[in-house]
Amino acid sequence: MAAVKPLLVTRNLSRSFGGLKAVDMIDFSLDPGEVRAIIGPNGAGKTTFVSLVAGRIAPDTGVIGFDGRDITRLPDYRRVRLGVAYTFQITSVFANLSVFDNVALAVQRVHADGRSVGATAAGVKAALDAVHLSERSDMLAGEMAYGHQRLLEIAMGLALRPRLLILDEPTQGLSDGEIAGFIALVKELRKETTILLIEHNMNVVMKLANRITVLDAGKVLAEGTPRSIRMNEKVQRAYLGGVAHD
Amino acid sequence: MKRPLLVILLHLAVIALLLAANYVLPAYHRDVLSRALVLAVFAMGYNLLMGYTGLLSLGHAMYFAAGLYGAGMTMLHLGWSTPAAFGAGVATGVVLALVTGVLALRTTGVAFMIVTMMFAQVFYLATLYFSEWTRGDEGIVLPQPARIFDMGGFHFDPTNALTRYAIAAGLFSLVLLLTLALARSGFGRVMVAIRENEERTRMLGYNVFARKLIVVMISGAVSAAAGAAYALLFGYVGSTFASVQYSILPLLWVLIGGAATTLGPLIGTVAMTYLVDYSSSALARALPDWNISYLGVVGIALIVVVLFFPKGILGTIRERWAKWLP
Repeated sequence: MAAVKPLLVTRNLSRSFGGLKAVDMIDFSLDPGEVRAIIGPNGAGKTTFVSLVAGRIAPDTGVIGFDGRDITRLPDYRRVRLGVAYTFQITSVFANLSVFDNVALAVQRVHADGRSVGATAAGVKAALDAVHLSERSDMLAGEMAYGHQRLLEIAMGLALRPRLLILDEPTQGLSDGEIAGFIALVKELRKETTILLIEHNMNVVMKLANRITVLDAGKVLAEGTPRSIRMNEKVQRAYLGGVAHD
Repeated sequence: MKRPLLVILLHLAVIALLLAANYVLPAYHRDVLSRALVLAVFAMGYNLLMGYTGLLSLGHAMYFAAGLYGAGMTMLHLGWSTPAAFGAGVATGVVLALVTGVLALRTTGVAFMIVTMMFAQVFYLATLYFSEWTRGDEGIVLPQPARIFDMGGFHFDPTNALTRYAIAAGLFSLVLLLTLALARSGFGRVMVAIRENEERTRMLGYNVFARKLIVVMISGAVSAAAGAAYALLFGYVGSTFASVQYSILPLLWVLIGGAATTLGPLIGTVAMTYLVDYSSSALARALPDWNISYLGVVGIALIVVVLFFPKGILGTIRERWAKWLP
């Protein structure tokens, strides 16, 4: 295969909390255009790993490269401006602001950075259209159903025009119908952006991911295509064994 | 929910009403209201930081007093004219806000309250320490002739009650429109976002520290403008205005009127001014031997508001009936 320049690279990335090595010397590489799923049992270090990438916490050792640039020491908000968008595991939309204002915060940021032009209202509408929330634009975000709040969270991520969109357990708490909608949404998104997806629902992972990285106890246990991960005995023992009927 | 035309008309109507009141009010109320309008400017400055951005400062007396002394000292000791002294007052407030903001914003929550209060105490003690120039507690009366000035071909005498009211109402109107513009701008949206969820705001690409510092400086500038106007309009500069009660009062005015509402500070300041005014004399008549100070009334008002109207007068109206209020 032709050498594609990876969008995201980590080398020897580690972070401990007290005695616990949450992320332990992870080497990771993500190509542009990929949908990569990160799976692993609870406490495997998935959220810690993507938090390091997004800059929400600082690493103990290692480097993080984004688009050929060392971003290890870059504060979180500067990484967002480079195109690393993080959507929260626990829904954290601005509950007391309108749906419009929630997305407008992302749109006006991108405008200020000169990464897109146009009226804020048009940008907001485009992002809300993508998740089918346009008619709820004037509602307070906190008054919407949980599933819609999750979609709003994704719309905010989208409106940031990310080059790397990190989705941290996006389908948690969604109904089957909403999950089907989410899968369709990500299939649209992956035409435009690279996606890093933390997900427990194996159905979602198998339908969306080009490749899967399995973490266990802070280390990379396995990495490969969905098919090879499904066949991998180590993975089955550590993780998939618990959901045999999947 | 958003009614831009109605909002603008409402604010223009309030401004028109205040300007017109100059010609119908009895002398006593004109004086009371002149004072209340200047203090409402102070409250609006405080509201930008506390109401919209969610940073509870307990040291805003420092910025008000910075304006007061910045104007008073330059006029008295350097012989500056009223407009120049006003500018000096505002500039003092901005510089002080920058310095104290950089340090205080390293903390949050209760620590921020304590740090801002300590800074304000340092400033207060400084006004006492340098009493050679400030005359400390006793204060200084700015001479009437020095305060008279010409600007834009007009002659202004701030010691004239009508002129004084007009200047106070003019400054108030200017700051009200500034608050409104800010609240409706993208910058205002980020201020509220910081109040609601700082981490989420950062993860949308905003430098939260820098934003907060800018708001502290705007808030400091507006508060100092109120202080400078107070010194130049009423001609008195004293360290009482730097004391802790002038850090608590804007908090009270904003809470009563409604935090994060554009008109709340006006309502809170005027309501509180008249409440103190009338209740003091009423209490003195009803309970002649009790000797209740007006601070007692202030304290009771604060408790009642926090317990029963946590959103203030306008905040409650907005919640129940008029969601479009900015």
